Amino acid sequence: MSASARDLGAFRIKDAGRHTPARTARFTFDGKTYTAMEGDTVASALLAHGVHLVGRSFKYHRPRGILSAGPEEPNALLDVSRDAGRRQPNVRATVQEVFDGVRIASQNRWPSLKHDVGAFNDLLSPFFAAGFYYKTFMWPKEAWHKLYEPFIRRAAGLGEAPKEEDPDHYTSRYAHCDVLIAGAGVAGLTAALSAAATGVSVFLVDEQPEVGGALHFDAGTTIDGQNGYEWAQAAVARLKAMPNVTVLTRTTVFGYYNHGFLGLVERVTDHLARPGRDLPRERLWQVRAKRVVLATGSIERHMVFANNDRPGIMLASAARTFLNHHGVAVGRQVGVYTAHDSAYEAAFDLKRAGVSIAAIVDCRSHPGDAVLAEARALGIDVLTGHSVINTSGRLRVSSMTVARNGGSNARKIAVDALIVSAGWTPSVHLFSQSRGKLRFDEQNQRFLPDIYAQDCVSVGACNGTDDLSDLIDEAIAAGGGTLALTGENSFEWTGGMIGAAEGAGPDTVVKAFVDFQHDVTAKDIRLAVREGMHSIEHIKRFTTNGMASDQGKLSNMHGLAIAAEMLGRPIPKVGLTTFRAPYTPVTYGTLVGHSRGDLFDPARKTPMHALEAAEGAEFEDVGNWKRAWYFPKRGEDMHAAVNRECRTVRDVAGVFDASTLGKIEVVGPDAAQFLNLLYTNAWDTLKPGKCRYGIMTREDGFVYDDGVVGRLAEDRFHVTTTTGGAPRVLHHMEDYLQTEFPHLKVWLTSTTEQWAVIAVQGPKAREIIQPFVEGIDISNEAFPHMSVAECTVMGVPSRLFRMSFTGELGFEVNVPADYGPAVWKAIWERAESMGACLYGTETMHVLRAEKGYIIVGQDTDGTVTPDDAALGWAVSKKKTDYVGIRGLKRPDLVRDGRKQLVGLLTKSPDVVLEEGGQIVADPNQPKPMTMLGHVTSAYWSENCGRSIALALVAGGRSLVGKTLYVPLKDQTIEVEVTDMVFFDKEGGRIHG
Amino acid sequence: MLLIHCPYCEEDRSELEFRWAGEAHIARPENIAAITDEEFAEYFFLRNNEKGLTYERWRHIHGCGRFFNAARDTVSDRFLMTYKAGLPKQPIPTAEETAAIAEEKTVETWEATEGDAR
Repeated sequence: MSASARDLGAFRIKDAGRHTPARTARFTFDGKTYTAMEGDTVASALLAHGVHLVGRSFKYHRPRGILSAGPEEPNALLDVSRDAGRRQPNVRATVQEVFDGVRIASQNRWPSLKHDVGAFNDLLSPFFAAGFYYKTFMWPKEAWHKLYEPFIRRAAGLGEAPKEEDPDHYTSRYAHCDVLIAGAGVAGLTAALSAAATGVSVFLVDEQPEVGGALHFDAGTTIDGQNGYEWAQAAVARLKAMPNVTVLTRTTVFGYYNHGFLGLVERVTDHLARPGRDLPRERLWQVRAKRVVLATGSIERHMVFANNDRPGIMLASAARTFLNHHGVAVGRQVGVYTAHDSAYEAAFDLKRAGVSIAAIVDCRSHPGDAVLAEARALGIDVLTGHSVINTSGRLRVSSMTVARNGGSNARKIAVDALIVSAGWTPSVHLFSQSRGKLRFDEQNQRFLPDIYAQDCVSVGACNGTDDLSDLIDEAIAAGGGTLALTGENSFEWTGGMIGAAEGAGPDTVVKAFVDFQHDVTAKDIRLAVREGMHSIEHIKRFTTNGMASDQGKLSNMHGLAIAAEMLGRPIPKVGLTTFRAPYTPVTYGTLVGHSRGDLFDPARKTPMHALEAAEGAEFEDVGNWKRAWYFPKRGEDMHAAVNRECRTVRDVAGVFDASTLGKIEVVGPDAAQFLNLLYTNAWDTLKPGKCRYGIMTREDGFVYDDGVVGRLAEDRFHVTTTTGGAPRVLHHMEDYLQTEFPHLKVWLTSTTEQWAVIAVQGPKAREIIQPFVEGIDISNEAFPHMSVAECTVMGVPSRLFRMSFTGELGFEVNVPADYGPAVWKAIWERAESMGACLYGTETMHVLRAEKGYIIVGQDTDGTVTPDDAALGWAVSKKKTDYVGIRGLKRPDLVRDGRKQLVGLLTKSPDVVLEEGGQIVADPNQPKPMTMLGHVTSAYWSENCGRSIALALVAGGRSLVGKTLYVPLKDQTIEVEVTDMVFFDKEGGRIHG
Repeated sequence: MLLIHCPYCEEDRSELEFRWAGEAHIARPENIAAITDEEFAEYFFLRNNEKGLTYERWRHIHGCGRFFNAARDTVSDRFLMTYKAGLPKQPIPTAEETAAIAEEKTVETWEATEGDAR
């Protein structure tokens, strides 16, 4: 390996960190190659080489660096790619692990990170204040589509979404457990040890590659007399060896839903240089836990002061993680600005590692005595009662301006990094998602879990438990077991503040950033309040504070405090915005899993699908069904094919796949009585061997479904429903059977997919099927229209219906689904030799419209009664009860002038109306016109030699013979109202 | 995702297996053809949509297929109890009673309930 390849970075500290120097990985950042150590994050690897500048901010394009060392990172969002197809934008540099060959690129800059044209926005920032978009892009209205929206869309978002299809695959698992523990720091591990010893099943989940949580940086903690981080690794090894424990690392609990249901995402391959081809990239876990222990820790906040966003300014705990875990110093001359004791320990660690500490600037007058004493002992300069009021440095911080609180004695101190801490925000995200209620801890200025909505408990830092011994006791109790464990910290921590710091108060105009990712400053939040936003929910939306992909993990508390101060109200009165899932961004791939491509939505295919495809069928989607739409011959377009099919069916015959029709077997001694109650028709009068067209209404009297019902025996009916209506009709029937008419002895079974249905329609239909039908006489006399019989067809047990949806002599051959293709083949072979055709749903639609047969859902819309649809004859006048009997008597349903289904003929026969076209009496009336109804079905009818249409028209049947108009954008079509039958008005053909 | 106890299967199953079916304990009037418009509106259109304790119907549509009743707190989404269709509105059990119900295991056999299907 060459010397340069071994260059692990000038900021690596010898013997610091937990990585193995021999294991390296090469990666590129904006085209330049660097060497990292295995276990580095992109952030630690770049910092090792002194790279702080990694991106440009969203709105002002300000240079930005790495702010944190964890999932809360708002700034360092990078484009990470493995190869052309595997590229992901907006990846947090602090979470992505480096692997050999990974390509990293900065975002939101042009032409380069160091020289970015968009930075011009920073100079224009007075014009880009909060609410700018709302106010500016309002007028003129016409400019919205052409100008504003494209502009905003171009400017919005940091990364660029990949255009290639994702070549990775994603998977999902379900799991159940007694206890799920979110977070494997001291608290989570302790709770897991305690719970696991009782024998219950335990899930321990942590988002980091290794367990330990805060022990990654907190080198001052000892547990059981052992270094904290090492104790954690030993503890997890013990847990992994237990059969009742599942440990998931690199796994985020992103959502806590109802009844102990949690969403987890496990990142399986994003850290591997050469992942196995069979590995999913990510795995979604859907876990149902009887109990949940939240050990999610806390997140350090930044200080809100002028120009607090320069590269090189970062959280104190992050600097400590980079040093103690990754062995990287964040600078050589580091300033500290804090309101909390914890930052002192970062300074101590850096100092001991040989980094010079410029000064600890503490805005408090009285920090903890112990940390002050230690600082003195290490020779670190501490300025209490002082604040950092500004910084300088274009692409990286080069100095901090420090002043005594009150503003006097300002001076510049040179630094190459500035670490900050305003204290710690408990991570109550999952607790809130579980619908728990928070309370405000006034003394420590934080929200803590108060009232639990589910069987769940918070332990440790997320519960505000700061003392390590208390934390361990609390975690042991939460685990439900007993455990002897002691822990010790090197220092007790006190302090913390929320809101704007010195020099960024209401009287200033400085840029003190609250939300880094959305470029929201303290000034913006104050402006929102001044402009009348008094609810935190309004302030959030006006400023977009906390609305970026980090969901305000750092910014929410600061924003709230600044708003509360402006409003002059206590923080709990201002309220907190709702925490929603996901905790951190989750890829679509994870949520979608295998449900994409062919598996996105199941396609239902009839038994004859392949045969139809072989005959050249075009298919259309009807719900999930693929139905043969039409069968074009060579050179035919759809129009020509449908015209030919329509002609052939009426001249000779056609064969049609009707298998998708819903079928329900209604069986039992009370079956007829049940159907009497569910349909408007009378069924007890139907004799076995006959069938009847039935209308089903809902209780409100509107048409719900229709279909032919055949009575096979006294106690057995074969009910057909519309293709789309099958599931809801069965549900509707079951509802009444189980809950309103449970005394009836009836059983319902869905048989839709048990029967393949081959419809043969046309003058030669009988001649076509005759040779195949065994056991019954199908002559017109013995088997007239609306007959049904059980027989065999080609030796296959069948149900044969004499029925018609075309107005022609017709049969529907029902055979068990598996025999469908064989019977279809035989019937089609004979039909073809006799000059018949295959036809699809389009021809079926035209032929039924020629006869005025309605399609429920097309010619009706849930506000149409049987009488409106000219089906009043199908409503029994004798029955004393059926579903809909009372609804049909409602005043509005019996009044004159209701919309009724009628036929329409265009004055010029070649013009085909548009379905949905509105109908008016007078096309010259002023707008808005009085609309009488709309066109529900419109086709070219080859058999009629003209266009035909059905329409719902107010008082339609009284308007037959009258002229109405269909005004369209560029023309008005004149139509005549007619009855609904356009072909074979006498109806003789059906009895042929 | 809710976890729902089917009183017929006597198992806690995921919400995916169920379909909500509206407010419970609204009986279809026996003399429905004769009721007034107001009575029909009350029966068919008007619902309480209460915040808090609600009695509602669910169907174990992708399981046993049975309709049943449930008492649910619409604020917390907690199911206080579920019980079979046809039973009158049940009082909300205390915690002890809930535990006792969980102990009780009456397994409904096919022969006992549907054996006369043929």
